[in-house]
Amino acid sequence: MAKLTIADLKKIKEEYHANQQLREGGFTAKITVHMGTCGIAAGARGIMDAILDELNKSGRKDVAITTSGCAGLCSKEPMLTIERTGEAPVKYIALTPDKARKIFTEHVMGGNAVKEYALVVGHETTY
Amino acid sequence: MICAGTGCVANGSLKVKDAFDKELVARNLQNEIKVVLTGCNGFCAKGPVIVVYPEDIFYQQVRPEDVSHLVEEHFIKGRPVQKFLYTPPAKKDAIPVMNEIPFFKHQVLRALRNRSLIDAEKIEEYIARDGYMAAVKALTEMTPEQIVAEMKRSGLRGRGGAGFLTGLKWELCLKVKGDIKYILCNGDEGDPGAFMDRSVMEADPHSVLEGMIIAAKAIDAHYGYIYVRAEYPLAVHRLQLAIDQAKERGLLGKDILGTGFDLDIEIYQGAGAFVCGEETALMASIEGLRGMPRPKPPFPVYKGLFQRPSVLNNVETFANVPPIILHGADWHASLGTEKSKGTKVFALSGALNNIGLVEVPMGIPLKTIIYDIGGGIKGNRKFKAVQMGGPSGGCIPESLIDTPVDYENITKTGAIMGSGGMVVMDETTCMPAMAKFFLEFTEDESCGKCVPCRIGNKTLLTILERITNGEGREGDIDLLLQLSQQVKDASLCGLGQTSPNPILTTIKYFRDEYEAHIHEKRCPARVCTPLVKFKVNEEKCKKCGLCYKNCPVGAITWEKGKVASIDLEKCTKCKTCIKNCRFWAID
Repeated sequence: MAKLTIADLKKIKEEYHANQQLREGGFTAKITVHMGTCGIAAGARGIMDAILDELNKSGRKDVAITTSGCAGLCSKEPMLTIERTGEAPVKYIALTPDKARKIFTEHVMGGNAVKEYALVVGHETTY
Repeated sequence: MICAGTGCVANGSLKVKDAFDKELVARNLQNEIKVVLTGCNGFCAKGPVIVVYPEDIFYQQVRPEDVSHLVEEHFIKGRPVQKFLYTPPAKKDAIPVMNEIPFFKHQVLRALRNRSLIDAEKIEEYIARDGYMAAVKALTEMTPEQIVAEMKRSGLRGRGGAGFLTGLKWELCLKVKGDIKYILCNGDEGDPGAFMDRSVMEADPHSVLEGMIIAAKAIDAHYGYIYVRAEYPLAVHRLQLAIDQAKERGLLGKDILGTGFDLDIEIYQGAGAFVCGEETALMASIEGLRGMPRPKPPFPVYKGLFQRPSVLNNVETFANVPPIILHGADWHASLGTEKSKGTKVFALSGALNNIGLVEVPMGIPLKTIIYDIGGGIKGNRKFKAVQMGGPSGGCIPESLIDTPVDYENITKTGAIMGSGGMVVMDETTCMPAMAKFFLEFTEDESCGKCVPCRIGNKTLLTILERITNGEGREGDIDLLLQLSQQVKDASLCGLGQTSPNPILTTIKYFRDEYEAHIHEKRCPARVCTPLVKFKVNEEKCKKCGLCYKNCPVGAITWEKGKVASIDLEKCTKCKTCIKNCRFWAID
């Protein structure tokens, strides 16, 4: 890959900003599986497998799946964050593959957050 | 407070912030009114959302061109602007939002600014959140002296535990003349109960690299190592990926971003010796020598790795650097106390309801961390003490729970800030046994180079073992105190200089427990098995039968309405009955 210049760096930033807005990336929902050591130890890989399986079965191409590190609440892992276009992200805690499947069906596909597994709505305060 | 969640940013909240900043400066109100970006509050459909404190007034769908009017009416004339007013709908059974949950409400993420927002394995996601912009600023607009001055002014202190001023360390190294200098990152997190650095390396490895680039420019180093313990395979993997990606894109290596500055970074995996977290031992380990500390001075800024001037900072320290360069020293110093600025990441573990990683402003009361963020003690038990700083630190008892958490105030209690491990203990913890646990650790990890640490810790452990075995002697407490002080005073490195702290603080705050062990041959927390009688106290027994129902070997007899009794012939002393008894009725 070509070396970046400072201008390239700023361009990546802007392009990614646009992409992070789900709408323009062509996605209607983003699923983040929290995969730090704590999440993986608690079974995040099984959650990821269940989500990928549900996504395959649904045939949807407009759902983005990604990972990130520890979400901070290690004792409540595995955790998922679901963000649908134009809606605030919802964090789910203490998941099992079955719970993840239910969340996929009801929240990602159906648009209704699964309240009994949800912890919180919104983003954290970052400086 | 302007929402900077993705929803509101998409609706232009950052432009609204710029408009506010400009308008406030134009009206000379910038010192009275502070504009803060917050996380998403969950009202994205009405974004950009602005909340004005202290009145707690919500404005919705504010556009940059409305700002002038809003400032005029609200802040100058004191009239809320009806047009933008928003009343959040009364919510029933709805999922709570961030600031309704104490765990999130008290946290401010700076070192962990990208937590759960980016994919650690994609450099673009880091760049999208201002990643490497601070490095650009440092490499193109700032001289090493300016970087050092900014860091010093920010008041950032080493997050590895000792709390040395980061800017000062860089300045000392900058002033040393030398053809080769090294920038080093300490990721050898070894304290039991600490996992802050692991999380940063796993979740946001580029923030560490960017911090190192800035530090390298400040001290004129062109080679760096990240020392990570091999027990952190995921951290090593993601860091290596980050280094590879950065090199491929010219953010590391020769002529970074065309600025002419060179920096290469390599990972060195530690084999897991605790003492290698000590700076001189860490450097010896990278050199291929046995991981043993050496006397200081000379300090590493003068003679460090391979006898060259070196700066070693902790992972969390480096993660704090980019936003300081980007937003300025004043921004960093706007949080915290007089001598401890910014935020600190803590790893909460032990008897709490919420176990995890939290980042809070310096100076927050310990009580807020334990009861609000940590959610209080598990199983409705009573809080007893919190161990801060791992084996080098000490415990803080319930009587000091209002202590503000910063370097000075924690040190006053006898504990240390340390790297950020907080092990919370409830009433079922025996303090002499806890001290013994940490001494077993330090005795095992002592490298053996100096006598006070090698023999002293061994002897301290022997005394603690005899106390917890019911063989404590008169005068043991004084002997512990005296020997502890000697080990602290005479040891070569930080390991021995701090290893007696758990003993000193437990004696300071829980002397009665030591006395009960030695004089009465009794363990008040029923932890030290040789001191437990396994006899039901008839006065305290509420005849509930829980001990009987839970005993795995059928050693307990009980009938409804009668006091239980334990058959010592059958009893295996597993303490299941003690753990299940809610009334401390088994002596």
